[in-house]
Amino acid sequence: MTRRIDFATVVLPVLGLGVMLLIWTILSTTVARDLPSPMKTWEESKQYVLNPFFKDVEMNQGIGRFAFLSLIRVAKGFLLAIVIGTPLGFLLGLSVFFYRTFDPVIQILRPISPLAWLPLGLVIFRQSEPAAIFTIAICAMWPTVINTAVGVRSISPEYLNVGKVLKLSRMKTLQRIIIPGSLPYVFTGYRLSLGLAWLVIVASEMLTGAPGVGGFLWQEYNSLVYSHILLSIITIGLIGFGLDRFMGLVEQRFKTA
Amino acid sequence: MAFLEIRGVNKSFRLNGKTNSASSLPVLRDINLAIDEREFVCIVGRSGAGKTTLISLIAGLIEPDQGEILLEGKPIQGPGPERGIVFQNYSLLPWMSVFENVHLAVDAVAPTLGEKEKRERTEHYINLVNLGAAKGKKPRELSGGMKQRVAVARGLAMDPKVLLLDEPFSALDALTRGTLQEELARIWIGTQKTVVMITNDIDEAILLADSIYTLASGPGATLGPAARVETPHPRSRSQLGREPGYQRVRRETVSVLVSARSGQGGTSSAASGKAQLN
Repeated sequence: MTRRIDFATVVLPVLGLGVMLLIWTILSTTVARDLPSPMKTWEESKQYVLNPFFKDVEMNQGIGRFAFLSLIRVAKGFLLAIVIGTPLGFLLGLSVFFYRTFDPVIQILRPISPLAWLPLGLVIFRQSEPAAIFTIAICAMWPTVINTAVGVRSISPEYLNVGKVLKLSRMKTLQRIIIPGSLPYVFTGYRLSLGLAWLVIVASEMLTGAPGVGGFLWQEYNSLVYSHILLSIITIGLIGFGLDRFMGLVEQRFKTA
Repeated sequence: MAFLEIRGVNKSFRLNGKTNSASSLPVLRDINLAIDEREFVCIVGRSGAGKTTLISLIAGLIEPDQGEILLEGKPIQGPGPERGIVFQNYSLLPWMSVFENVHLAVDAVAPTLGEKEKRERTEHYINLVNLGAAKGKKPRELSGGMKQRVAVARGLAMDPKVLLLDEPFSALDALTRGTLQEELARIWIGTQKTVVMITNDIDEAILLADSIYTLASGPGATLGPAARVETPHPRSRSQLGREPGYQRVRRETVSVLVSARSGQGGTSSAASGKAQLN
């Protein structure tokens, strides 16, 4: 039995990674000659990986340091997104009036790309750092807003009836029934929002040139060090995966029913 | 004057969201009921007869189209804890423990009490339904019978003038149901609450109730005449079967239900029919 689990959880994923590396190698030796092979990528990147926290100049640091800078930026943007998005979601879920008024606006703002928001952020804040955080927040907010609103609206009428029979005040109903009842949805929203925030970081760092994984990626592209693009891409993927897993665990904790 | 009185209540549900009467489905028609204080009343009917609609009307969760419902002579205004209800599907809040679920009710009806008294009162109701050992558990850790006990404890913790029970035991297996029926009888004798219970189980009604009303099948269901159960409380299941009164009440109730369905009186065959109507 244990062997089987090992096969499914270890052997198969390793096999998948192997296939990926093989395709990468074939591509780099045939059609895409400028694409560094996995070995070359490793050779040129290992100082950034083996010594992840070295710092030479601002745009030449270990990948761990770049990742940390990006994570700080994402954390700020994400926190801003949920601080604004959660109450907004509750209002949309609780009030039909509010929903009818603002849902169209949200549906229009939601599909706008971070590439479009960033210049606006730069115009408003005149500095790249707040502009990047603004962009992350405004792009990452929507899953929290929408999931929270759906969570509030999908609270079972049975639970609300309990509140009605007990004649709970609006405040008590919110505290004891609506908020705990919608928490699973809220945390699903947070998980999706964090994923989006991480997706947006690269775009915003590329455009602002801020030090971070995305900024590093863009700089190395301009310096023609293509292996570092791949290093950045892999780093972004691994961290994104880790964040999603982490939020998944948090989400699981709030699954009630 | 009756303690709880229902006068000429009609209730229809709209179909397709239209308001004109042509597309509305009458559920209850001309319901009249007078219940005395400390009386235990059962309303028996098959599924879909509008039983839950009737108890929701008494609870105030929905409003009648016509007619009125009076408690102690005063028309009821929306839902309230003085008409505490035990829902069919328990409706326990899954994010709260047994204790917290019951405490919520105590806190709601006696907000001025000190926290110590509130806790004591909560414990009292939990112990009343024999759940002292499970008070820290969440509803998902409880069996169906235990959940229903919590729901009963919460209903009692509202200290209602009338306790409304909506098919409280219908989702339970026969053995658990029997135990809970006996517990409910014991609690009722102890507290002397006025109780209105909805059920589809005639034997359950005869075991517990002073008066049994039948709700003939809808659409447009009306209440049949009351059958009185004179056997003194506490009643035991084994002793009930031998009583002539039991056979009489059972026959009356079943015949009303069956004739309401087929539109003709079929008393003799009905009496031997299954008591559990689904």
